[in-house]
Amino acid sequence: MNKKLVSVVLSAAMAAGMLAGCGSKAAETANNENASSTSAAAAPAAAAGEGSVYWLNFKPEADKALQGIAETYTKETGVPVKVVTAASGTYESTLTAEMDKSNAPTLFVVGNQAAVNTWGGYCLDLKGTDIYNELTTDEFTLYDADGKACSIGYCYESYGIIVNKTLLEKAGHSLDEITNFETLKTVVEDIHANADTLGFDAFTSSGMDDSSSWRFTGHLANMPLFYESRDDGWTECPAEIKGTYLDNFKAVWDLYTENSAVDKSTLATGGYDAEGEFKQGKAVFFQNGTWEYAAISEVLGDDEIAMIPIYCGVEGEEKAGLCSGTENCWAVNANASEADQKATLDFMKWMVTSEAGTTLMAEQFGQIPYKAAADSKNKFLADSAALLEAGNYNVAWAFNYTPNVNDWRSGMVAAMNQYDNGGSWDDVKNAFVGGWAAQYKAANAG
Amino acid sequence: MANNTKKKKRSSGMNMVARSYVKYFPLFLLPTVAAFLIGFIYPFCKGIYLSLCKFTTTSDATLIGFGNYVKAFQDPTFLHAFWYTALYAVVSLILINLFAFMIAYALTQKIKGANLFRTAFFMPNLIGGIVLGYIWSMIFNGVLAKYNTSILMETKYGFWGLIILMCWQQIGYMMIIYIAGLQSIPGDMLEAAKIDGATEFQTLIRVTIPNLMSSITVCLFLTLTNGFKLFDQNLALTNGQPFIFQEDGSVVKTTEMLALNIYNTFYGQNISARGVAQAKAVLFFILVAGISILQLKLTSSKEVEA
Repeated sequence: MNKKLVSVVLSAAMAAGMLAGCGSKAAETANNENASSTSAAAAPAAAAGEGSVYWLNFKPEADKALQGIAETYTKETGVPVKVVTAASGTYESTLTAEMDKSNAPTLFVVGNQAAVNTWGGYCLDLKGTDIYNELTTDEFTLYDADGKACSIGYCYESYGIIVNKTLLEKAGHSLDEITNFETLKTVVEDIHANADTLGFDAFTSSGMDDSSSWRFTGHLANMPLFYESRDDGWTECPAEIKGTYLDNFKAVWDLYTENSAVDKSTLATGGYDAEGEFKQGKAVFFQNGTWEYAAISEVLGDDEIAMIPIYCGVEGEEKAGLCSGTENCWAVNANASEADQKATLDFMKWMVTSEAGTTLMAEQFGQIPYKAAADSKNKFLADSAALLEAGNYNVAWAFNYTPNVNDWRSGMVAAMNQYDNGGSWDDVKNAFVGGWAAQYKAANAG
Repeated sequence: MANNTKKKKRSSGMNMVARSYVKYFPLFLLPTVAAFLIGFIYPFCKGIYLSLCKFTTTSDATLIGFGNYVKAFQDPTFLHAFWYTALYAVVSLILINLFAFMIAYALTQKIKGANLFRTAFFMPNLIGGIVLGYIWSMIFNGVLAKYNTSILMETKYGFWGLIILMCWQQIGYMMIIYIAGLQSIPGDMLEAAKIDGATEFQTLIRVTIPNLMSSITVCLFLTLTNGFKLFDQNLALTNGQPFIFQEDGSVVKTTEMLALNIYNTFYGQNISARGVAQAKAVLFFILVAGISILQLKLTSSKEVEA
């Protein structure tokens, strides 16, 4: 019996030795991680003898720029910066998986109140940090119930309808004509009617697959949400909404889907490339945001493009501005080692104070709410600012209130797909109003 | 006498060698046991533990008891997903095995190019689920577009679409198992049946199929569990659409199967739903294990010795 035990122990020891031998590389890196997570001084991994930064980014379109920023920073300071981008629509699952690892992200995105409820416990209180003191406004800071500053905005964005002015003029129209929904509709329908002779259509495709549906169930649905929130003065997620402006939402959606080169019954499965269509000059109008500037400016000059408000037929909308707000809010991992936290905070500060950092931020993200912000060359942001300066009202991002946002939006996608295929608009109403109440209940069930 | 002792010595010598090997058996078992512990037992136990917890990430959980199970049972979408999955599993099990057997039977007759056919039928297995889902979604929509609709519009399209997809993917695999079974039926038995004057059909029913029971057991097991566990193809093909909107605003995702329901519960909602999703996953395990054990018992009792 004893002998057996000895042999078991021996073999276990041997196998352990073998495994250790095989995995020596993995063990080394793991050791380094451990070291950096226990004490800064003992961390041999970081070139600067300090922590490192791991940024889990949620905007695929910004990935290229961020990799560049990371490289620049590492070159300048020697602090390693790793940027990983989650695929479109998978941020929550990627973050959940990454947060469980021993080398969890030190910098991640907590962009709305629902995310604060989920990830608040993982957020370092940013109040009083150097970067927090650089902020010019507290408008984009997200707090938890105890008043902890969980995340701070690192840029803000606007979206609306991007217009190819050259094509618009070719079609015999000009931007001045468009001041509200009625005038937009007239222009759009005229272009669509003459699409064959013009060689281009009014709107790009409005695909409802995951890569594009957020433009409509998220951004476009903000129109009815915003006007309702303005009427009712929302300050937090309401338990129920009324859908007062759903008819306006329907009007815009019909305008998008009936005046494009794509048959609307094929939108459900999507697979279209709206950005590509716009860049190739196949359509005049493209609903998207300021973040598209980098891609669009590759082929179109600043004098050829403009971003106009999404008009949906609400009274007084002649004075509407673009939809501006942000989901881009930085949170620092409270469970990371002090060295990593410090490295991360330093990196954030560098991004918004140094010349190289602010220039990059201005180029890639446009306007940032920080004291040392550099001027942005982004034409769309300039349009946004010009509208506000002219006294137009900002259309805030009311969709940031959405309860169980993924589930609510997937219900909207399904209902809008049915509608596009001849189904009833009532389903969309139900998904919008009833879905909200149901998700609110589910999210607050405890 | 001398010879006898020598023999005795040798045999005891053999035992000595054998005994010294036996001592080392844990060493040889260790890699497998370790893999099993790390890859199965640990996550399984942790999974059960998490189903009793509220958690954001798996390393950060607080125990809350059986509340998650109560919520899982009260969730109408879970119940819907269960019945939908059960229906799907039964239909796919019947169709896949029927076609796989028929093709295997045809390809074990002496026809030209049988090997080529076998290869061709087996190929779909080599394509991953998500890719397959998107490819077939394009095919179905290409056809359905003619009728101004798409696979996301009606539950029946989604259901039969998934059946066609899985048949296409799995028939080849089951066919290989059936071919192996058919080839192992002793030729003299078939010959004897022929001599006794049995018709082709009688031979099939009385000789071939009883001898094939072990293959049938395996194939039924695989198709049944595959049917219940289906995830990638379900996600890529319909992702639960179309939805039915209830009076109270809740939603039934009509083509959502169990695994996808668990996934959507985990990521679609707030963090308190994560424990519920985990509880669903444990229930899901018990269900699949229970059904497949029952099926194994039922079919393996019909196996015969050739």
